[in-house]
Amino acid sequence: MITIKNLHANVEGKKILNGINLEIKPGEVHAIMGPNGSGKSTLANVLAGNENYEVTEGEVLFYGKNLLELSVEDRAREGMFLAFQYPIEIPGISNATFLKTSINEIRKYNGLPELSAKEILDLIKDKSQILGMEQDMLNRSVNVGFSGGEKKRNEVLQLLTLNPKFALLDETDSGLDIDALKIVASGVNIFRNENNSVLLVTHYQRLLDYIIPDFVHVLAKGKIIKSGGKELALELEDKGYDWLKEAEPAF
Amino acid sequence: MTAENKKEKQWYYDNFELFEKSLNGDKELFTNALRNEALSKFRNIDFPSLKDEEWKYTNVNPILKNGFTPAKEINISAELKENIENKMFCGFGCHRLVFVNGIFSEELSALKPLPEGVIINSLRKTIKENPAVVREHFPSFSSDSNAFNLLNTIFSLDGLFVYLPKGKAVEMPVQVLYLNGNDNEMFLSSPKNFIAAEEGSRIDIIMNYAGISDNSYFSNIMTEVTAGKNAAVNIYKIQNENENSYHIEKVNAVQGESSLFNHYSISFGGSIVRNDINSSLNGENCECHYYGLYLGNNKQHIDNHTFVDHAKPNCMSNELYKGILDGNSRGVFNGKIMVRPDAQKTNAYQSNKTILLSDKAIIDTKPQLEIFADDVKCSHGATIGRLDETAYFYIRSRGVPAEFAKSMLIRAFANDVIESIKIQELKDKLNHMIFDHLHRVEIINQ
Repeated sequence: MITIKNLHANVEGKKILNGINLEIKPGEVHAIMGPNGSGKSTLANVLAGNENYEVTEGEVLFYGKNLLELSVEDRAREGMFLAFQYPIEIPGISNATFLKTSINEIRKYNGLPELSAKEILDLIKDKSQILGMEQDMLNRSVNVGFSGGEKKRNEVLQLLTLNPKFALLDETDSGLDIDALKIVASGVNIFRNENNSVLLVTHYQRLLDYIIPDFVHVLAKGKIIKSGGKELALELEDKGYDWLKEAEPAF
Repeated sequence: MTAENKKEKQWYYDNFELFEKSLNGDKELFTNALRNEALSKFRNIDFPSLKDEEWKYTNVNPILKNGFTPAKEINISAELKENIENKMFCGFGCHRLVFVNGIFSEELSALKPLPEGVIINSLRKTIKENPAVVREHFPSFSSDSNAFNLLNTIFSLDGLFVYLPKGKAVEMPVQVLYLNGNDNEMFLSSPKNFIAAEEGSRIDIIMNYAGISDNSYFSNIMTEVTAGKNAAVNIYKIQNENENSYHIEKVNAVQGESSLFNHYSISFGGSIVRNDINSSLNGENCECHYYGLYLGNNKQHIDNHTFVDHAKPNCMSNELYKGILDGNSRGVFNGKIMVRPDAQKTNAYQSNKTILLSDKAIIDTKPQLEIFADDVKCSHGATIGRLDETAYFYIRSRGVPAEFAKSMLIRAFANDVIESIKIQELKDKLNHMIFDHLHRVEIINQ
């Protein structure tokens, strides 16, 4: 379970988050929606531990641990995963090497034996088939020469192989055509179960046609101003964000 | 001439008298005349100083202050004999030539059968056995020889000699090991290398300079390359001298029509390092590629000077120099491209990128383009940066430890230089060396 209490954060001295309160239980999918500049991506980056963001107030509990005191890598090892809006290219490091390193570092931290190269390759191949990815991408450098859609698919491949407790998806739908969107969404749907949780950060309702959320929150000026069920997303689609401008904060 | 410089030059005059006495039979060889010619030129010029435009970032005084003794043959330890394979960058199939302090070691070398007419051997041996070939391909003195280049000619005893007759290709790479240093004396090692590739011939040469003693020494090298019509010469230089040593090399390449010259310069070691590479593109449709990778740590100083002279039309040159500087190290890149009035349709590109891993590391980068033709494509660029923070965050966000993430980013940065190397064993070994040298965690690809 993840509990966010009164979270405030700055970027380069500018206040972006103004007191976020949110609780996400195992088995739940939450969507955070909001106009550009509302703080959606900041929330995702702060939770994953990006050091360019400074937390000025508040608390985040991640399965009982004080998340904000953990390093970026320890957050990942505790079961947090951020699917990036703009995945990074790493020339000279193959996808297989990268995933092998990642999987075994997480396993070591959790006191599990490391997996052999063969076990890892079998695991990756299994997951990449679900996403309709070519086998040769395993030997290609991480995200190098990948199209926008392939990069997003690669993020979801990492999600499926690392199988974290909590997945944060930062604008995973941006730049995807409808076919790629469906594949990415099916990956997320395969991932979700009663023991893990998902937080989708998105500008558009479109993704939520394929990944049905349990809760939708609207973010504006660094605060959640309205929360509801999946129907809230449809209402937003219909009326736009202006409709909520005068609304009271949800918490 | 400064008084101080006088003292340092006197050291070399005094040593020359002793050196000449030790030459014995070699004194009769025609190359000895060049020594005296170089010595008289040496008397009339100063060592370069910070006042010289070409040396403004590199202070050579620490080299001059030490009196280096011209190298003599030393006993080769059993340990070195046993471990010679470990210093190789390619397997048993390679031709291996070993020079110890610039002097050919027959017992450490392993020459394989060669195509008819091809010579790959010690220069000194070849002068004795086949003087006509050497005389024919011995390039004349470049007029721009500086005091260090002259010093090489004065004290050089040996070096690599390669001659490829028309149409001959050497399939396996030639591995040349230059092992330097001596526990008892501070040696001046002066290899003189000649590579003459006639029309349509082809060769890959790996030149590896490495220290075999912790004592300070000075490697002062000259390498002359001529590539005839349609010839292809690939040189991979790996400089891994000890960190108390000094290393200066000048490479002069002269290219004929439609020839290809690839030069790699990978710098790991040395206290003060200066690499000069000059190419004259003297025929049409030449291609010339310079790749460089310099890794500095502690107080190392690594200076790379390149000069590509486009004299004829339709030639292409491309330079990619990349550096990773840590600690208090300092890098210099000076890349000059000359496009002469005749050299229309020239394509000339140059790029220098450096990553500074510490606040105390420094890079001076200076591109110089002199273009006298109007229908040309030339570009240059230089970037200086730190490791990409977003990429660093991305890798760590997958549970990868911070130090390992840095190593991955360093590997990623060096990738385009490493990946362009076509000899797999060399590529693998360089990967190990990069992480080893930067004291970083290694990434093993599987």
